[in-house]
Amino acid sequence: MSFVVYVPCDSSAISLGANRVAAAIIQEAQKRGIAIELVRNGSRGLFWLEPMVEVETSAGRIAYGPVQVTDVASLFGANFLEGGAHALALGHTEELSYLKKQQRLTFARCGKTDPVNLDDYIKNDGYCGLSNALKMAPHDIVKAVTDSGLRGRGGAAFPTGIKWNTVLNTPSEQKYIICNADEGDSGTFSDRMIMEGDPFVLIEGMTIAGIAVGATQGYIYLRVEYPHAHKALNSAIEKAYEAGYLGDDVLGSGKAFHLEVRLGAGAYICGEETSLMESLEGKRGLVRFKPPLPAISGLFGKPTVVNNVISLASVPIILDKGGDYYRDFGMGRSRGTLPLQLAGNIKQAGLVELAFGITLRELLYDFGGGSASGRPIKAVQVGGPLGAYLPESQFDTPLDYEAFAAIWAVLGHGGVVVFDDTADMATMARYSMEFCAIESCGKCTPCRIGSTRGTEVMDEIIEGHDLSKNIPLLRDLCNTLLNGSLCALGGMTPYPVLSALNHFPEDFGINDKADAA
Amino acid sequence: MTEPHSMQVTVQEITTALKDKPGALLPILHAIQDTVGYIPTVCVPQIAGALNLSRAEVHGVISFYHYFRDTPPGKHTIHLCRAESCQSMGGKSLESYVKTKLGIDFHETTADGKYSLEPVYCLGNCACSPAMQIDEEIYGRVSEKTFDSTLTDLENLA
Repeated sequence: MSFVVYVPCDSSAISLGANRVAAAIIQEAQKRGIAIELVRNGSRGLFWLEPMVEVETSAGRIAYGPVQVTDVASLFGANFLEGGAHALALGHTEELSYLKKQQRLTFARCGKTDPVNLDDYIKNDGYCGLSNALKMAPHDIVKAVTDSGLRGRGGAAFPTGIKWNTVLNTPSEQKYIICNADEGDSGTFSDRMIMEGDPFVLIEGMTIAGIAVGATQGYIYLRVEYPHAHKALNSAIEKAYEAGYLGDDVLGSGKAFHLEVRLGAGAYICGEETSLMESLEGKRGLVRFKPPLPAISGLFGKPTVVNNVISLASVPIILDKGGDYYRDFGMGRSRGTLPLQLAGNIKQAGLVELAFGITLRELLYDFGGGSASGRPIKAVQVGGPLGAYLPESQFDTPLDYEAFAAIWAVLGHGGVVVFDDTADMATMARYSMEFCAIESCGKCTPCRIGSTRGTEVMDEIIEGHDLSKNIPLLRDLCNTLLNGSLCALGGMTPYPVLSALNHFPEDFGINDKADAA
Repeated sequence: MTEPHSMQVTVQEITTALKDKPGALLPILHAIQDTVGYIPTVCVPQIAGALNLSRAEVHGVISFYHYFRDTPPGKHTIHLCRAESCQSMGGKSLESYVKTKLGIDFHETTADGKYSLEPVYCLGNCACSPAMQIDEEIYGRVSEKTFDSTLTDLENLA
């Protein structure tokens, strides 16, 4: 019998040396004449412990981390293959409190299995959702998704079932499913983790979507910055084709579904759904006017479902366990779970999947353990580069779409970036304007020109020039962007800018809060 | 470096193989950049002809996307993340260190042709900020020290 050792193939784990650790383990085992089977699993998402090595023992999986190449010989010396004691030993993986306190539905398999091993996927409840869906009428599949309360996890939180229903009810000889995998928001990495760590769940979710609305072609629009996800997806798609889970006759149902990965090319705007479709059609990623809705006239003018990775990856468990099961998690109108991503200046950065409703403070301190630098947390940006900066006084807000909207913030894709008290919020506001200027598609004037003028006004403010004129000018400009932009890039850049100004006026050179108005 | 003649053949092969895909332009441009290292301006008419597009349309697409380049890159391309998460962990001072060390700004290549430096807005490695990517390899929690040792490793490999 050989020992089974797990070393993650997740790109964050690789960025901390996982490939070198894997090679060292193989080499050391050979040197000692021990037979091991090395599995490259996804990451469990406890990044301060990566590279986290796990071993399969009779008592379950035992974790060690963070492991560096120089630790490998001593791990063998401590008989880690049978769970031996070592300074890096973390105990049973499933008992780690960071993991144990989570509610992993979408990420149920991520980190446990070999991502590109179809048998492993099936053994761990994979493809149960599709097999149920194939026995159901299309409108019943859509109803299950509607009943689950699932809302678009890309950020806009639009009910997924309603979108699917529109496509189902729009007759057309060709329809499309697009997975928006252009995860450009900084501070977010859950799409990447699932694509690298459990790509079959996304493939299954897209196949279910295709069967539900009558679409026979799917595209995953993946950002070029994710080469490891690209390899994992292509490998999984190839295996799904070979085993009959994709193709002209999905599992003998007589229904076709084809899937292809297309790469973006470093344009943030292509995460906006209409721009994404322009890009897929081979054009510049200029935002389209809506209406028509993509669900009626989308890719190549055909009815198209465009969903985020996490939305689609949440579909298999809904079809497996039922819409009610998923809906029973969460609060208010935010149903199910949200894979939150703790990033930036935080001690225990990682992936935390929880039902909606936990407060930001619990997330930052109970899970995150406070800032990485040990200094006080000054601000957190939730929901990517277009999300508001929240001060400490708002940390008790529950993570819920409506609760965030009520404080003029967004939950977005669930990315949480932490800043300690060395951060200068005026600099961050300037960066937001600069980012908008770099990434604007140029179609609408408020975004194209407003962002450049905004950067200039922020430069003036940072220099301390004529604040009584420049602060109202900045507010006026933000108002134009907010109300006059075609899409969320221009329309939401004011969120980080104005929230920084409102909550941290002293960083803008305003010492009396009344002057900030 | 690919000879002009063989480059035209390469571009021809790529466009012929991919031109019938729906929305073929981006896959073609990716394949050319993967093979040649960049998208030479002289190829634009050839691509436009194969797809029945105007040269302006093809040029517009190449220049719209940050990832596509029309000049040869250095031997290694360093993508340094500028986004918020990396800034919260000292990304800005790392950025100035890297620029000083290499003696170049973003979008430039060192005189010896070894390194090109490009900004990137998030590598999805935000739990291990600051992050960078060199060619296809990704690095997390990059410090001045680890940046230097990574470069030394690359030079020793060469």
